[in-house]
Amino acid sequence: MAIDKSMNVLIVDDYKTMLRIIRNLLKQIEFHNVEEATDGAEALAKLRGGNFGLVISDWNMQPMTGLQLLQEVRADGKLKATPFIMITAESKAENVVAAKQAGVSNYIVKPFNAETLRDKIEKVLGHA
Amino acid sequence: MRDADLGRRLEELRARYPAAQPDVMVEVVRAVLSTMHGDLSAPQASLLSEVEELGRTIATAKAEIAALKVDDITASHIPSATDELDAIVAHTAAATDSILEVCETLDRVGEALAKDAGAPVGAAAAAQLQDATTRIYEACSFQDITGQRITKVVATLQAIEAKVACMLATFGERGAGIERPAPAEEMLLNGPQLPANAMDQTDIDKLLASFD
Repeated sequence: MAIDKSMNVLIVDDYKTMLRIIRNLLKQIEFHNVEEATDGAEALAKLRGGNFGLVISDWNMQPMTGLQLLQEVRADGKLKATPFIMITAESKAENVVAAKQAGVSNYIVKPFNAETLRDKIEKVLGHA
Repeated sequence: MRDADLGRRLEELRARYPAAQPDVMVEVVRAVLSTMHGDLSAPQASLLSEVEELGRTIATAKAEIAALKVDDITASHIPSATDELDAIVAHTAAATDSILEVCETLDRVGEALAKDAGAPVGAAAAAQLQDATTRIYEACSFQDITGQRITKVVATLQAIEAKVACMLATFGERGAGIERPAPAEEMLLNGPQLPANAMDQTDIDKLLASFD
């Protein structure tokens, strides 16, 4: 299944450096329509006001965590089918299980490389 | 009861309990008081009451210090902070190595291009440049991970500070409450795991696949 790389992608992380890294890696794999949010509330507002084909979010954010953002997205009738990839340093099994139960589409543990990001996006969007 | 009798009884009790603990002292004082009911003068009763209160205070302080789990500072907090700092040093060193390697690659590509200044940039050189920037992006993620590790170390230092403050309060103003920071695990915010304990991407992929 061909992936539409012109889709809007929302990246969410409270570390500006990480947003910059992910944006540049996405650009290298030809996703050019990338928007950023630095916390869960801003992300939700952007998601509800826009048309995004993919969310890539960190977990460890305050006050709304990435897991809570995922739960909000899955509970929203309009957004619930949006593919959601968690990129996080949280690598305990309990975190992965909680994310899966909340409906995460895929899970990338930091530090990650460009190849892993490309692979997970292709898997998620290939199944979308 | 005369003073001589009181002294004799206290000597007997001291002989019976040579290594008296605070709670035992309280028991002893109670025993003395119960046997001397009606025989004490007002100052003697007041003195014994003070001794009994002192015993209770020491017993309470012991219990409060035990509840603070001060041993955690050396058994858990300090080793954990040390491991996190070691991981930070290792990660920043690895990131620096990666970036320096890429710089050396860029130098070599630059030198090759300079030799052929008039020629168009070849596909191989372009691929090398693209790969170099990708590796720099990847390496720069150390800032996020080390930032989270430093946050964990700061939380550990704050936990130690809270324990020390509670100890001071216990020996200073009585009645100060024991406050502990809420554990981050309540929100599944564990932060980066130490390399020896962490699941890697392959482990996580297997775990996710087990749900399918």
